[in-house]
Amino acid sequence: MRTFPISIGTPDGLLFQGDAERIVCRSITGDLAILAGHCNFCTALGMGEAHLVLEDGTRREAACIGGMLTMMDGSCRLLATTWEWKEDIDAERASRAKERASAKLAQGGLTDQEYKLVQAKLQRALVRLSVKE
Amino acid sequence: MAANMKAVKLRIKSVQSTMQITKAMELVASSKLRRAKERADACRPYFQTLHRTLQEIANGNTDFSSVYAKQSSENKCCYVMIAGDRGLAGGYNANLFKRLEAEVQGKDFMVLPIGKKAVEYARRRGIECLTEEFAEIADVSVADCFEMANLLCRAYREGRFGHVDLCYTRFLSMLSQQADVLAALPLADLVVKEEEKKPIRDLILYEPNASEVFDAIVPEYLAGLIYGGVCESVASELAARRTAMEAATSNAEEMIDRLNLHYNRARQASITQEITEIVGGAEGI
Repeated sequence: MRTFPISIGTPDGLLFQGDAERIVCRSITGDLAILAGHCNFCTALGMGEAHLVLEDGTRREAACIGGMLTMMDGSCRLLATTWEWKEDIDAERASRAKERASAKLAQGGLTDQEYKLVQAKLQRALVRLSVKE
Repeated sequence: MAANMKAVKLRIKSVQSTMQITKAMELVASSKLRRAKERADACRPYFQTLHRTLQEIANGNTDFSSVYAKQSSENKCCYVMIAGDRGLAGGYNANLFKRLEAEVQGKDFMVLPIGKKAVEYARRRGIECLTEEFAEIADVSVADCFEMANLLCRAYREGRFGHVDLCYTRFLSMLSQQADVLAALPLADLVVKEEEKKPIRDLILYEPNASEVFDAIVPEYLAGLIYGGVCESVASELAARRTAMEAATSNAEEMIDRLNLHYNRARQASITQEITEIVGGAEGI
């Protein structure tokens, strides 16, 4: 399979730089995969599972939350708000966050802004847990 | 003579206590600087890639359906001004303000100050502020940057201003920092002017469409840019403070040396005088 250069960055640092065969992640409209030779492309990322297939066929899974993906002249740049490799996810923390968020939602009486915030927290926790499993 | 000696002694003491303070501040700044530098180093690739990517998109962009992409009719500019919380950092804050003043000459503008000094500056000059909420640069987190970005985007869409620029201090090295202004919005401002305009061949595919993609990307892009600017500026501030305090400490040392010399001379003079008096007295007997 042909490969293409990709770099994955977040505000906390550059997490990956190298060649990959395929990157699959969730955009705002749904899952998408990028292969080598893709035309110039730009989209915004949503929240979801993502995985990267490296040159030697190893598959690395991650939780990807927000950001953008661009493909310019054959090289791909993924700039995420949060990108956590499967092995780095703290499952306990995520499940605690999930419980806290669902308890708050069940309690009710939240303003619109708070509701959005809690909902986003819950979603992030769910994405992390689903990647970990 | 004795009075002179006492005065010099007192002066030495006061310079010594000042030196103690500057030395302590230098130590504090260097220990904080290490952490801030690590953060800035970690963030820099993201910051640069983000800016470069958006620049490439702007260069190749032919779709101006989004408000964020097209050149704005509103001339007013909003500067995100990132300065420090405290002074005593050499020319750090003053350089940034000077850079901003050079930039805004004759323009209609407002600011979003970050850091106590920036807020104070805007108040003193009577510059219109978008918000004064972010007066403590030390506690600015990624979440705060998102809040600022959303605020900026909302005001931008309402047409309160037509450009967003980032005014921050770039961390070049431990010894040199440079105040800089970076265009952020609209994307048309990012286009690098080439000598001859290349015909656009590489069209970019936006999914689902350009305006939706820009609506989703731009707040994150702004937040990333602000966060990067904050990291760089904090590291710059600490580095500037460390250098300034180092200079102050060595100045104080020099001063103490000179004062010690004065003190010894005065002491010597008083001893000599006493001897002359005794000898004179003995001869008189």
